[in-house]
Amino acid sequence: MADSATLEPPETTKKVKAPKVTAETLATKQREISVSEFFAKNRHLLGFDNPRKALLTTVKEAVDNSLDACEEAGILPDLLIEIRSVPETGGKKTAASGADAQSAPRKAPNAEERYRVIIQDNGPGIVRKQIENIFGKLLYGSKFHRLKMSRGQQGIGISAAGMYGLITTGKPVLIITKTAKNKPAHEVLLKMDTSKNKADVVSETEHPEDDNLFPDGHGTRVEIELLGKYFKGARSVDEYVQLTAIANPHARVTYKSPPTSAFPDGESVSYERTVNELPEQPEEIKPHPHGIELGILIGMLERTESTKLGGFFDEEFCRISPAISRQVCDAADLTPNTWVKSVEHHQAEKLYKALQEAKVQGPPTNCLSPIGVKTLLMGLERGLKPEFITASSRPPAVYRGRPFIIEAGIAFGGNLAQTSSKPLEDEEGSSGSGSEPARVYRFANRVPLQYQQSACSSFKAVSETNWRNYGCEQPRGSLPVGPLVIMIHMASVWVPFTSESKEAIADYDEIREEMSLALKECGRKLKTYLNRRQAMRRAGERRTIFLRYIGEVSKAAADITGGEAQAIYDALMATAQKKTAQMDQILDEEGRVVDGKDESVYIAASADESDTDSATQSSPRSPATTLDDSEDLPEQGSLFGDEGATKPKKKKVIKKILKKVKKKRES
Amino acid sequence: MAKKQVTKSASASTATLTPRDHKTIANLTGMAERVTKVSLAGKDPIVDVPTRTLANTSFNAKRRTLEMGDATQARELFNLNQAKKFMQTMLLAAGTKSLIEAGKTLSLRGMYYKCLHTIAGTKEKTLGDQSESDEVLEDLEVMLGSLREELHLFAKKAGTMVGNITITDSGDEIDCRRMGSGGYAIPSIVEPDVMKFKKCDAKFILHVEKNTVWSRFNEDKFWQKHNCILTEGGGQPPRGVRRLLYRMHHELNLPVYCLLDCDPWGHYIYSVLKQGSINLAFESERMAIPEARFLGIRAIDYERCELTDDVQIALNDRDIARAKQIAEYPWFVNKKPWQMEIQRMLKNGFKMEVESLITKDISYVTETYVPERLAAKDWLD
Repeated sequence: MADSATLEPPETTKKVKAPKVTAETLATKQREISVSEFFAKNRHLLGFDNPRKALLTTVKEAVDNSLDACEEAGILPDLLIEIRSVPETGGKKTAASGADAQSAPRKAPNAEERYRVIIQDNGPGIVRKQIENIFGKLLYGSKFHRLKMSRGQQGIGISAAGMYGLITTGKPVLIITKTAKNKPAHEVLLKMDTSKNKADVVSETEHPEDDNLFPDGHGTRVEIELLGKYFKGARSVDEYVQLTAIANPHARVTYKSPPTSAFPDGESVSYERTVNELPEQPEEIKPHPHGIELGILIGMLERTESTKLGGFFDEEFCRISPAISRQVCDAADLTPNTWVKSVEHHQAEKLYKALQEAKVQGPPTNCLSPIGVKTLLMGLERGLKPEFITASSRPPAVYRGRPFIIEAGIAFGGNLAQTSSKPLEDEEGSSGSGSEPARVYRFANRVPLQYQQSACSSFKAVSETNWRNYGCEQPRGSLPVGPLVIMIHMASVWVPFTSESKEAIADYDEIREEMSLALKECGRKLKTYLNRRQAMRRAGERRTIFLRYIGEVSKAAADITGGEAQAIYDALMATAQKKTAQMDQILDEEGRVVDGKDESVYIAASADESDTDSATQSSPRSPATTLDDSEDLPEQGSLFGDEGATKPKKKKVIKKILKKVKKKRES
Repeated sequence: MAKKQVTKSASASTATLTPRDHKTIANLTGMAERVTKVSLAGKDPIVDVPTRTLANTSFNAKRRTLEMGDATQARELFNLNQAKKFMQTMLLAAGTKSLIEAGKTLSLRGMYYKCLHTIAGTKEKTLGDQSESDEVLEDLEVMLGSLREELHLFAKKAGTMVGNITITDSGDEIDCRRMGSGGYAIPSIVEPDVMKFKKCDAKFILHVEKNTVWSRFNEDKFWQKHNCILTEGGGQPPRGVRRLLYRMHHELNLPVYCLLDCDPWGHYIYSVLKQGSINLAFESERMAIPEARFLGIRAIDYERCELTDDVQIALNDRDIARAKQIAEYPWFVNKKPWQMEIQRMLKNGFKMEVESLITKDISYVTETYVPERLAAKDWLD
């Protein structure tokens, strides 16, 4: 590896270069490799492949931890995410940050720079003595050993980020944490010793109890300095924050981006909380018999505190009834009363086989906390401001004995028609001209997945779905085209990622099937909406056509007969009104689903129709007043922004007619 | 309703009108009044337009002309597909009425411009192109039972005449023997009040398909040698030409012979001259000449006149389909010679123009072909 020199921690003693290689000299080099050392060299496994991704991963790991901590403690999360540009101290490059940054032209548009990532939450805080372990030790955490749904899984994230920061800048990680109002906040500077997989405290201060660092009286603040690359667009930190806001409407997120040439002071975005309830805390579950492997079973047999097999099955697994327990034991010529310690390898093998074949109930699903349709709608609305949203939440399903829930959402039109993502050079390349392909937002346990889209099961599910059935254009075998965002969320006690960096969901048939079903459900609702949208437009056109010609017709008729054009005009207008009112009624019957009665559908009140036109079907709508009896149909306006806008006009027209008819009658 | 009467009498007193004009105006007013009445009653305004399709025409075997049936189609304002047409119908009806009242005539194009304007409050024009107004005007003729002339409209001149006849056109005497190389341009309106026949020595009429052939005959003074009238209709003859032929045929007892191309188009021209057109079946009785004869070109002429391969123009799929369609027309279906003629053409697999005879000799058609056919009474009927 070319960068192994920089990876060498400065503390380690230099190896002696032996002139001759003997078993003895080799032996001096042979030593245990610590986990942290391994990952320091293989940092791409954790998502630190390049400076751009490193910045994102650092933010992501810290945010994941914060959200998990808040939710577990029952606190509505309040997050601050900030990335600051740090002037380089090495002297190699000119200082490129802050005010200097924009005055001095950059050498490269996306040059590597030093950034300081700051994440602050209002979580429960961390007990002082755990700080070193949590932030300084890889593979240390509360989440790995349990079968419970959470964002983090392995417990490598935040410490790996700290390690990456240390390797690239030599700066230790700063942690400030406070567990309660009446307790002091601890500020710790932590430096990781990669060779020992443990952290050294560089300095430590104790803040007074009444400092105002944490408005809620508790929380954690982490600051990591690292070499990174900040950019905008797809797979950026900005996108990550947006996606996180979508999946977590119960969290308030404030984000400050670093300065760029376009925004010398950085951009500040804040997502206000739209759901005031915490997602239901998932329960922890025991392994399901179908979800284990032989080695695991043997390990469990060795570690268990139960003495007899019957007790073992009952204690360590879920869904094994005494009857099944007996059945499984029978298959291995054992009984539930057999001593666990006496089970031999070949017997364990038989037990395993019997367990796999046993007909057991699926795992309990209370261990899952789906986002939920309503929350999904709110999240998508908050993050995207589209014209139409629908979402679906599938019933729980099981893969390899692990329960999971698939949720999907589709957002269409509105702001999506205006802001189009600029695809970056790697992964999916798009021609970018005219109609953009839909964007796929992937989430696993509420964590956005931004890389390796095409390797992800969800991406396959999306491109396999026939979107033409749902009124979208779709080039063969790829994503649908249009102002669309397709969101897929997988909630599971154990999301099968394709790699440690947690970027793509592995492609299990059961998972993809569920994704397909969820997408189809959303697709059908999208189609209903699109159809209705078109029907509305057609009805509008009809009205304008009649209105347009009535004037000419009445004038011509009056010219011939010498009659009064106005009288004919008024009469025809009244007839037209009756006609179009009939049409509206028919439409109502057809499009009942979309009328806000379906809870899984959201339609923006101020959807800007004109912009989405170009993306779907362009049928120009005349600006002329549309004629429908708005008083009878209060729901109508919500579908189209401009229709709502013309409402007062319409009313005026109608009033005018009524007045004239009245006058005529009087005379 | 009371006010209406006042304005009507005021506007009607601008020009001196013929009784026929009064009748047309009454028809127009009647239609508009029906629309008004229905509209004021809060019902859908509708006008009935007689259908101008083959299905609504019948061949009167006794008179040997095409006649229009009674089928009509309702044109509604409150129908998405008909709204604009309805508006155009009313608009052109109003335009026509004011034209008649002013005592003036307009070309079809003039009428198009008269009624062309942008609809208030929109960017849409009342009429797309002239074909739209032409079509609606034809509808109006049928609806009102008025001829185009009665609507004070005329088409552009397309048709030429020369021969041993003297006529008066709008009071001017015209000697068709002294028309130079250009000939007399047949106007669109040839009704007796405009055109009168003064002196006729001719014994028959030779109608040729187009101007180029007509020029050949005129230069060779065919009409002088054979004492006839020579006409041409620029392909499908316009109504003025057909009406003039009809009048000369009936009033001067002149037989009509047609020299047309050997292709479905030529056959249909003959069909229109003889039985009337499908589109304007309502005018057949004053235009169709059932006694008109088809002199050539015949499918057998390729061999009979020993023409070369060069004159062949291959029939395309559309020609073949059209030929079969024409063969099925009731006025052709029972005529064996015509069935054989069309079969022969299809068997040949090519069509021939009258000009193809020029390959024999420049004046072969005027000096040999037509005189021989006439002498031998060799024609199709």
